[in-house]
Amino acid sequence: MATAAEKEGVVLLDFWVSAFGQRCRIALAEKGVGYEYKEENILSDKSPLLLKMNPVHKKIPVLIHHGKPICESLIIVQYIDEVWSHNPLLPSNPYERAKARFWADFVDKKVAECGTRLWKLKGEAQGEAKKDMIEILKLLEGELGDKKYFGGETFGFVDVALAPFTAWFYTYETCGKFSIEKECPKLAAWAKRCKERETVSKSVHDPHKVHEYVRKLQKKYGVE
Amino acid sequence: MAEEVKVFGRWTSPFCCRVEIALRLKGVPYEYIEEDLSNKSPLLLEYNPVHKKVPVLVHGGKPIAESLVVLEYIEETWRRNPILPEDPHRRAMARFWTKFIDEKCMPIMWKSLWSEGEMQLKLMEETKENLSILERELNSKKFFGGNSIGLVDIAASFLSCWTEVLQEVAGISLFGEAKHPILFKWANEFMSSDAVKVCLPPKDELLSHFRAMKEGMSATKAGQN
Repeated sequence: MATAAEKEGVVLLDFWVSAFGQRCRIALAEKGVGYEYKEENILSDKSPLLLKMNPVHKKIPVLIHHGKPICESLIIVQYIDEVWSHNPLLPSNPYERAKARFWADFVDKKVAECGTRLWKLKGEAQGEAKKDMIEILKLLEGELGDKKYFGGETFGFVDVALAPFTAWFYTYETCGKFSIEKECPKLAAWAKRCKERETVSKSVHDPHKVHEYVRKLQKKYGVE
Repeated sequence: MAEEVKVFGRWTSPFCCRVEIALRLKGVPYEYIEEDLSNKSPLLLEYNPVHKKVPVLVHGGKPIAESLVVLEYIEETWRRNPILPEDPHRRAMARFWTKFIDEKCMPIMWKSLWSEGEMQLKLMEETKENLSILERELNSKKFFGGNSIGLVDIAASFLSCWTEVLQEVAGISLFGEAKHPILFKWANEFMSSDAVKVCLPPKDELLSHFRAMKEGMSATKAGQN
């Protein structure tokens, strides 16, 4: 049974290092919405609340608003943008919105999967992952161009989608032995601007902490 | 004056069908351009340089790719016969189910149809479970969108002729009246609605196409052994 806090306010079920969860934290911060943060330990048993709120995938993040769950990070971000419509994350023009959705979908489909291959695999397969990651980042850099953010002058939907992964850049560089600054200087500069933004710096963890977590996972999976 | 609308597609693709259904539902006239995916046109490569895939919608010369992104664009640009509800939570749920269809239902069903042995059995079980989950979501509604066709119905259009044809080609049974009666009823209702039936490819041609694809795959395998 949902508690009073769960029924009335905003609750976020999350896991500290999850880039997907961090998207939701950033979006809520951008809108100045207060919420209750509940840490789920996804490496062990899932809580009854998580299983109740996301029975299909049993995954975080889950946003619970007035007792009703919303799952899948980009769907949550769009929900946040629609309910708290000040400081919009998506542009108002339908074509620009479509472009933003396209690139956020690109981040979703490509970055995490490739990143996992980069830290989980070795040898030729890792080499493939490195090549793919550089290509992905270059494509994103092409879309960014000379803009301050993907959203233009304002921090937008694609920025929210990608910003948490900047904390993983150090891990990608270390595992793949390449420099994002060298390969994609504009993207590296954008990552720096994101870090300087309070909504991001408060939501995202230090890259070395992320790397420490990945090292633990590598040990667990016998990746050396 | 209305800007012209073009759809770059492939007649065998359920993803392209989604776009045409949405345009038909909203009464938007468009020009359809068939793409040969083994020999992609320079225009397609120009309009979708990132993924180089169909469908691509081009509106007044501006391209949009990825079928679900296209559907949301169509919804926002032509307001007639809305395919998404007004309420933000219900919109989020509609998006959730279309994602479930795209990331779980369709790929796992597709893999189960083309795999063999133990792997196939495992994937078939997972497919049936996914369809049961979808069926529970549909419940007693006429369509996923309620009384009228919505985003989730359009995303689930692969459950119409494609599933029927592919099961026949693969010689397996995944989806039918006995196993998923509510979903099966939905599929028939969906396929017979005006906007949808004109967009579906002819069943016998689709059957020939996928039979040929299967024969090609078997021949490649035999050549490899």
